[in-house]
Amino acid sequence: MTTSPYAVEMRGITKRFPGVLANDRVDFQVRKGEIHALLGENGAGKSTLMNILSGLYRPDEGEIAIHGQVVEFHSPRDAIRHGVGMVHQHFMLTPSQSVAENVFLGAREIGFVLNPQRMAAEVRRIAEQYRLPVDPNAKIWQLSVGEQQRVEIIKILYRGAEILILDEPTAVLTPQEAENLFVTLRSMAADNKTIIFISHKLEEVLSIADRITVLRSGRVAATLPAQGVTKTELANLMVGRQVLFQLEKPPVQRGEVRLRLDKVCALDDKQLPALCEVSLTVHSGEIVGVAGVAGNGQRELAEAICGLRPLTAGAIEVAGERMTRPTARRMIDAGVAYVPEDRNATGSAPNLSVAENLILKSYRRAEMGAGPFLDLSAMERIAASLVKSFNILTPSIKTPVRKLSGGNLQKVLLAREISSQPKVLIAASPTRGLDIGATESVRSLLLQERSQGAAILLISEDLDEIFAISDRIVVLYEGRIMGEFETADADLTEVGLLMAGGRTPSESFATQDKG
Amino acid sequence: MELAFLVTLLAAGIRSGTAILFATIGEIFAERSGVLNLGIEGMMLMGAVSAYGVAFATGNPWLGLGVAMGVGGLMALLHGMVTISLRADQVVSGLALTFLGSGLSAVLGAPLVEVRTAPRLPVFPIPVLADLPILGPIFFNHNVIVYIGLLMAPLGWWYIHRTRPGMELRAIGEYPAAADVLGINVNRQRYAYVVFGGMMAGLGGASLSLAITPLWIEDMTAGQGWIAVGLVIFAGWDPLRAALGSYLFGAIRRLPLDAQNLPFFLAYPQLGYFMNMLPYLFVILLMLISARSELRRRIGAPAALGQPYVREERGV
Repeated sequence: MTTSPYAVEMRGITKRFPGVLANDRVDFQVRKGEIHALLGENGAGKSTLMNILSGLYRPDEGEIAIHGQVVEFHSPRDAIRHGVGMVHQHFMLTPSQSVAENVFLGAREIGFVLNPQRMAAEVRRIAEQYRLPVDPNAKIWQLSVGEQQRVEIIKILYRGAEILILDEPTAVLTPQEAENLFVTLRSMAADNKTIIFISHKLEEVLSIADRITVLRSGRVAATLPAQGVTKTELANLMVGRQVLFQLEKPPVQRGEVRLRLDKVCALDDKQLPALCEVSLTVHSGEIVGVAGVAGNGQRELAEAICGLRPLTAGAIEVAGERMTRPTARRMIDAGVAYVPEDRNATGSAPNLSVAENLILKSYRRAEMGAGPFLDLSAMERIAASLVKSFNILTPSIKTPVRKLSGGNLQKVLLAREISSQPKVLIAASPTRGLDIGATESVRSLLLQERSQGAAILLISEDLDEIFAISDRIVVLYEGRIMGEFETADADLTEVGLLMAGGRTPSESFATQDKG
Repeated sequence: MELAFLVTLLAAGIRSGTAILFATIGEIFAERSGVLNLGIEGMMLMGAVSAYGVAFATGNPWLGLGVAMGVGGLMALLHGMVTISLRADQVVSGLALTFLGSGLSAVLGAPLVEVRTAPRLPVFPIPVLADLPILGPIFFNHNVIVYIGLLMAPLGWWYIHRTRPGMELRAIGEYPAAADVLGINVNRQRYAYVVFGGMMAGLGGASLSLAITPLWIEDMTAGQGWIAVGLVIFAGWDPLRAALGSYLFGAIRRLPLDAQNLPFFLAYPQLGYFMNMLPYLFVILLMLISARSELRRRIGAPAALGQPYVREERGV
C-alpha cells in the first residue's frame, strides 16, 4: 500500500486555547502494529493532541499523515473514515440504549428499519474476534464500567478503525479488568492494529507499551522504547526534575480509637441502600485506606461520617462520643475534618477568595470577630499565615479560588481542614487529578497529620496511593466491607478481587453512575 | 342502558381526545430530541384559527388542515431558532410562544367568531367494521381525523423504537455528544423534530376547529396544550401510552356532557361544576403518579432535555 512504516505521523502540531499553549510544535510518530504510550502529567497536552488526531479539534499549525498520506480532518467522522477511532475517557454511550444500538448509532448502512437480530449478530462477531465479551442486547446502564469500555472499543472496531486511541483507559478499571484490557490490546496489536495509549501511570505504561512518548507542558520531552527504561527516568522526563518516590513514612504508632463505625447503613441519592452495616475503626496516628471501584458507596460513607447524610441504622463514635443522628455541625464540633472528593463543587466556594475559603470552617471562633461581624484583619492575618505554611501558590489571598490550579486549591482545602487540628480527617480522593508534584505534597501533608496523631480515613480509587500511605486497608464493594488487611500483609491481587465483589471482573455489576 | 352509556362515552372520549393526542405525540418527538416546547397551547390556537379561516375562505377543510400544520411548524421553527441556534432558555421561549399564539389567534379570529358555516372534515364510518357491536361505534364510526390519530400513535412508536432515525432521535436527546462524535448532526435533527412537533400541534388545533367542536371561539383549546405537556410525562415519552392518556382524558372531559341526563345528576345539578374540573384534576393526579414512578424507575425522560448542545472546546 505505502512504504511508510508509520501509521501516524503528526508534524509540528501547535494548538492554542485562550491563554494556553496546549501543544507546541509537537512531532509524534506511531509505527504500524505497535502499542504506543503517550505519557504526561495533567495539562501536558496529551488529550488535546489526541483530540486533534481523532478530528475533534483542528490544529492551528502542523500536519497529520495517516499511513504516509497527508490528511485533514474536519470532524470525528473524517477521522474514522481514515481508520482513526478514539475511546474517550468519559464514555460516549447512551445509557438507556442497548449495546447493539450504541454500536450502530449513526451507521447509515443498516437501512431505515432496524434489524435487532442482525445487529446483535454483528456485535457478537466483533466481540468474539477480539475477545471483548459483552451481551449485545443489554442496556448500557446495566453494564459495569469495564464492559462499557469494551462496547466503546467494539464501536470503533465496527467502523473499521485501524488506529485506536485510548484516553486513560485504566482510570476506571479494577486491576483485573485492566489486565483483561491489556490482553485484548496485545492481541489487537498482534493483529496489526495500531494502539495509542494515553496514561499518566508509569507502571502500566512500562508493562504494556512498545514505545513511549513523553509530553511535558505541551512539548515532546522524549520518544523512547519501553524496553530498558526505568520508572524514575520516565517520571523525571514527565516532571522535568528529580522525583522522590519514597515518601518518608515512619512506623505506625496507634493510639486510642478515634473513629468507630458500628453497623452503619445509609441510602444514596436515589434512596437506594448505599451502605450496608459498615463497621470500621480508625485509631489515632494511623491511616486507614478504603479501596473500591468508584460508585460502591465511597461518597456515601464519607458523607455519613461527616454528618451530611442521615444514617438509617447504626451509630458513629467520634473520640468516644456516640451518635446515631449526626449533623455536620455536631461532627465539626466533635473534631471531624473532611476533604471532599469534588474540590470545586463541595470542597470550596469558587467565587470566594482564598482567605474566605480558608476560614469557612473557623469563622465562628472568638478570634475571628464578635457576633455576626467578622474581624477582617484577623481573618487576613490567619489566612496569610496558612498560605505561607502550606506553601499555597496564589497571586494574593483575595484571589477567588476558582482561579487556582487543582493542586493549590487542594492545599487550600487541606490547610483549612488541618488547621482546625482535627481528631479525625476524612480525605476522599485527595490527589485525584493532581500532577506528580502536587500529589507528593498532599501525601506528605497527610503523613504529617498522621504523625501529629490524627486518625485519617483515606478513601481513594487509586490503589497505588492506598498501598503507599495507609497502614490498614478495607475494601468497599456495593456498600459492604469485603475485607480488611494490614497494608504490609495485603496482596494487590486479593484486594483487586474483593473490589470486584470477589468474582471475576466481567461478572461484576458495579455501574458507572451509582456515585 | 349502562353499556350504551359506556360505549357513547368511550366513542366521545376517542373523538375529543384526538386533538390532545396530536399535540402530545408532536411534543414527545420534540422532547425526545432534547427540546422542550411549552408553546403547544399557542401553536394549537393558531392552528385552530388558521384552519377554520382557510376552510371558510376556500371551502376546503383539507386545505385548512394543511395550512394549520404549516403555521404550527413555522411557530415551532421560531422556537427552534431561539433555543437551538441562539441557545436561549427553552422554558421562557416556549411561554412566549404560547402568549404570542393566544393573543394573535384572538385578534385574527375575531371576525370568525360569528361564522358558523365553515366546511368541516367529513365523518366516515368504516364499512363492515362500523357495524360491529360495541367496537363499531367506539372505534370505527368517526370523523376521518380520528382515524389519523388512531394510526399516528402506533406509527410514532414504531418510528422511535424500530427505525434507524428513531434510534438517532433517542440518542440525541439522551447524550448528544455521543451522537455528534459518530457524525450525526445534532442541531439539524433537533430543528426537524421541533418543527414536526409544531406541525402536530397545529394539526391538533385544526382537528378541534374542523371536526371535534367545529367552530372558532377565542381560547377554544381551554388549556389542552398544557395538558398535552403533562401527558408527555405521564406517557413516559411513548406515543402508545400517549394515546391511552389522551383518550382517557377525552372521556373524562366528556363525562359531564354525557352524564348530565343520568337521573343521579339531574338531582344534583351543581355536580356539573365539579365534573368540569375533572380533566384538570385528572392531569394533576397523573403527574403525581408519574412523578412517583419516575422516582422509582427513572423511565424515559430524555437526559439532555432542556439543554442546548454545543461542541465545546473543553480546554486542555
